[in-house]
Amino acid sequence: MVDLVAKSPCAGLLPLTLGGLTLRELNYGAVFSVSPFKDKSADVSKALQKSLGAGLPDIGRVLAGASGEVIWTGQGQYFVRAVKLPKLPAAISDQSDGWACVTLEGKGALDVLARLCPLNLQAMKEGEVARSLIGHMTAIIILRSGGVDVMVFRSMAVTLVHGFERVMRSVHAQRGL
Amino acid sequence: MRVDGKGLVNRDTEVTFKFNRTSYSGFKGDTMASALMANGVSLVGRSFKYHRPRGIMSDGSQEPNGLVELHRAGEITPNVRLTQQELHSGLDARAQNYWGSLNWDLLEANDLLSPFLSAGFYYKTFMWPKAFWEKLYEPIIRRAAGLGRLSMVSNAQYYEKAYAFCDVLVIGSGPAGIMAALTAARAGAEVILCEEDFRLGGRLNFESHEIAGMPGHAWATERLVELQAMDNVRVMRRTTVTGAYDGGTYGALERVSHHLADAGDAPVETFWRIAAKGCVYAAGAMERPVAFRNNDRPGVMMASAVRGYVNRFGVAPGKRVAIFGNNDNAFRTALDLADAGVRIAAYIDSRHDSSIEGGFPIYKGAQVTNIKGHKRVKAVSITGRGDVMADCLAVSGGWNPTVHLACHLGGRPQWNDAIAAFIPRPGMVPGMEVAGAAGGTFSTKGCLKSGIFRAKEVLKALGITARAPRMPEAEDGATNVTPLWSVPGKGRSWLDFQNDVTVKDVTLAARENMASVEHMKRYTTQGMAPDQGKNSNIGALAVLADATGRGIPETGTTTFRPPYMPVSIAAMGAYAQEEGFAPQRFTTSDQTTRKMGAPMIEAGLWYRPSYYPIEGETHWRQSCDREVAMVRSTVGVCDVSTLGKIDVQGPDAAAFLDFVYTNTFSTLKVGRVRYGLMLREDGHVMDDGTCARLAKEHFVVTTTTAAAGQVMRHLEFVRQCLRPELDVQLISATEQWAQFTVAGPESRELLNGLLDKPIDNESFPFMACGAVSVSGFKARLFRISFSGEHAYEIAVPARYGESLFNALLAAAEPLGGGAYGMEALNVMRIEKGFITHAEIHGRVTAFDIGMERMISAKKDCIGKTAATRPGLLGKNREQLVGLQPVGAVKEMNAGAFLFAPDDAPTRLSQQGYTTSVAFSPEQGMLALAFLRNGRARHGETLRLVDHVRQVQTFVVVTDPVFMDKTGGRARG
Repeated sequence: MVDLVAKSPCAGLLPLTLGGLTLRELNYGAVFSVSPFKDKSADVSKALQKSLGAGLPDIGRVLAGASGEVIWTGQGQYFVRAVKLPKLPAAISDQSDGWACVTLEGKGALDVLARLCPLNLQAMKEGEVARSLIGHMTAIIILRSGGVDVMVFRSMAVTLVHGFERVMRSVHAQRGL
Repeated sequence: MRVDGKGLVNRDTEVTFKFNRTSYSGFKGDTMASALMANGVSLVGRSFKYHRPRGIMSDGSQEPNGLVELHRAGEITPNVRLTQQELHSGLDARAQNYWGSLNWDLLEANDLLSPFLSAGFYYKTFMWPKAFWEKLYEPIIRRAAGLGRLSMVSNAQYYEKAYAFCDVLVIGSGPAGIMAALTAARAGAEVILCEEDFRLGGRLNFESHEIAGMPGHAWATERLVELQAMDNVRVMRRTTVTGAYDGGTYGALERVSHHLADAGDAPVETFWRIAAKGCVYAAGAMERPVAFRNNDRPGVMMASAVRGYVNRFGVAPGKRVAIFGNNDNAFRTALDLADAGVRIAAYIDSRHDSSIEGGFPIYKGAQVTNIKGHKRVKAVSITGRGDVMADCLAVSGGWNPTVHLACHLGGRPQWNDAIAAFIPRPGMVPGMEVAGAAGGTFSTKGCLKSGIFRAKEVLKALGITARAPRMPEAEDGATNVTPLWSVPGKGRSWLDFQNDVTVKDVTLAARENMASVEHMKRYTTQGMAPDQGKNSNIGALAVLADATGRGIPETGTTTFRPPYMPVSIAAMGAYAQEEGFAPQRFTTSDQTTRKMGAPMIEAGLWYRPSYYPIEGETHWRQSCDREVAMVRSTVGVCDVSTLGKIDVQGPDAAAFLDFVYTNTFSTLKVGRVRYGLMLREDGHVMDDGTCARLAKEHFVVTTTTAAAGQVMRHLEFVRQCLRPELDVQLISATEQWAQFTVAGPESRELLNGLLDKPIDNESFPFMACGAVSVSGFKARLFRISFSGEHAYEIAVPARYGESLFNALLAAAEPLGGGAYGMEALNVMRIEKGFITHAEIHGRVTAFDIGMERMISAKKDCIGKTAATRPGLLGKNREQLVGLQPVGAVKEMNAGAFLFAPDDAPTRLSQQGYTTSVAFSPEQGMLALAFLRNGRARHGETLRLVDHVRQVQTFVVVTDPVFMDKTGGRARG
């Protein structure tokens, strides 16, 4: 019998606070990718609505329900944050461990992201999501009320944190110029 | 020389700096150019080709002469313009392009040789002997003709890249830019206002004009305070918009900290990409020189710059100033200098009908024919009047609208006779409106009006209605220019100061039939280098037009291309220095592996252990041999998480895989794994790997580490474009699972110590797969082997990866096993004749690697038809074989070529090449190779020649599988 100990992607790297900016790791819990089979989107949406209180969102949107959240992540693809999924006519793949999830909070968060991400985050509204880049990394970016959530491949956590740290320092320094 | 009561510099804050290792002082708000001028320094550099002494000519980014290197903590930034560089304490600038000293430049001898150094000189002279060019001529020429040096060490300074978005981008903060920004901002648009200078206001800071009854700069400051206070306005100083690109995208370079002694963590520069729905281009105009003999002597300056230094910096460029112009605007210099108490030695107006008058000598219908003086103007020769003593000459040949960005998408400007200048045509850059002097409107009032009007046009296109701001009172004078490009006469008259191109060079180019402006440019090098001809393009083409007997509009301009101003490569490549070149991917076992002292190698973006040294091992081969023996005799553990894992699910998943793999997957039973081969459309092998069927409609495709992205992209392309009718979904699960190989005779025993439910050969035979559990946690087990041993791959959710790896190592130790790295993995796969991308390198077919029978005859697949093309099959193909040394020399290298023993080792006689080489502890040196008709040649002796490493080895051709040909050990 071995004792398997869970380790988060950014363990030992975060949190990081600089000036009024904080980058911290998020525990997204269980995350499943859900890709409805042909012509089954409505059925999937209905089943999710019933089970989580949130159906499939529009492109670029996140829908939160009482017991879960559904995030659009691409063409016909959603990430569902829920402890348990109902039976769905969809391809389901466990993605809980595949992503390093962080959030950047505080005044100037968008100034930091403007130096890492080509999106116009100023124009995005709370609850909107986009697939884009953070530096050279493909990322899922979600605008939340308190900050911006960023998900990149788990293996790139070190690069992600390093990139954010350098730019956070820079933005902090530029404020004083 | 400072002028009391003039200028916008802060005279309470003195700043000390160094130029050419000599200390000087200036004031906050000075540029290096103004501070040097105040200190009486007129010689600031040497010219490119003739090494002639040069002084400051202008007051902005167009400066061709005042280029210096900035030295800071071992870093050198070359070609910094003195006219742009703000003064800060500790600034250390050094002149460039001289041999010996700036004052006594040995290469000024070139100036005496000028009759031999005309345009085309290099092309005509350095032709022979041919071999001399690279070794002798080019290095000498490069050394002599330089534009600053680099430190030759890796640039450790920090640069940034950033993105910005707006409704209206306003380029330039002069009167037109301010009014445009105000109009757009008050209408509620998101506005970005970019100003190249560190002080906002554009020309208003350099002129003595009044607007609304107050000094122009004060009026500008008031407006800018209002703009800066608005939430929808971002004002970016020290930011040059460098290019206009497709789709309303603009490049801009922000010089963030060149003006600071210590900027802490801030970048040196930030390269911005600005996406703008509309743009008002209000970049102003540049005054143009007139070519006459010795017009490049220090002290000859643009007329606007002369008054600009007085008005903005409180510095008089000379004590006795002469002024030479062909327009009314130049007269402003006389007025401003007189107001500042500077003596005006002469006013030379080339127009006979000029109406100017003043209390100083005025020569109408006259021209300046020569400058006397070497390192400083001493006298000015005037037609029919002789020499007039002066230490500075202010020259104005009229104004050229700054049309550059308007032309960046390929449009050509049009000639306007009224102002004798090129102006932009409407619509050359979609969404851009050109305002103010950039569009040919030169009066202050005209610029203010134009800014409002152009902003309203941009806003209208965006569906935003705007009200015009109140128009303030301002001057509305005309320029009244009569063209004058060059003054005829003896000697050399400079057109391009930065590249040392004279009127003679351009006329020579025309004589030698370089009559097109693009040819003339390249023949004479006019308009190249950092200033890209900002001062000289129009003058040079006018001289060319004259020499070829055409008009200026017919001659046309050269092409305006981005960047408008030099941009550091470091800024465009920000974040990509050193390890920032690409993301680094680390496995869950990375920290344990590094603690064990394993050197890491890069595989794609991943870092994988090369080998795990133990005490006493001093060479990688010792570790590798031990690890191979360990796996073959007991058990080894290796992290294989980096291999791509793609979840393929759906009612048509099996049909989809049948189409992308050469072999059949619809017949694969649930709980089984099959080796598969994928071809490209052209019939060559793309990738190989295993595919496991976890459920009826759920497969996991495994790819090689390096090709994971390529295969995912390929499968998505097939799914979306080639077989959209199939109901199948794909997603990468590479990062979800930490996966470890457990290989060797003791592998099952090791696993059974960890699995909640033990396995045996019956429940888990070779090529079986299924769900298992470890300490109650879900895991996947695959019985597959890349080493040829009885082996498994166990996968757990990545959060448990490190923990499981440690547990596997702990369990392996009592069995005599342990971790193994890529070197041992490679040796074992070569022993087994298994291929990697060393073999399937993109030019080989399934036939070449002996797998043509894996292309199922019963179904279609990608690449099937193309794989049967003539030339891709048969005995002329180079086929996969094994090689072993047979002579005294045992060394073999990958990349070596194969020859018949008696053939000369030349290109024409080569018969194949090696792809992978390993030392097998049991069998000695082994190689995999491709050999023409190789499968029929087992047993033949060949000569292996590595031309690069000078190795020659006799080898025997063998089957590529060197051990356990029946695969019994893996089934064990």
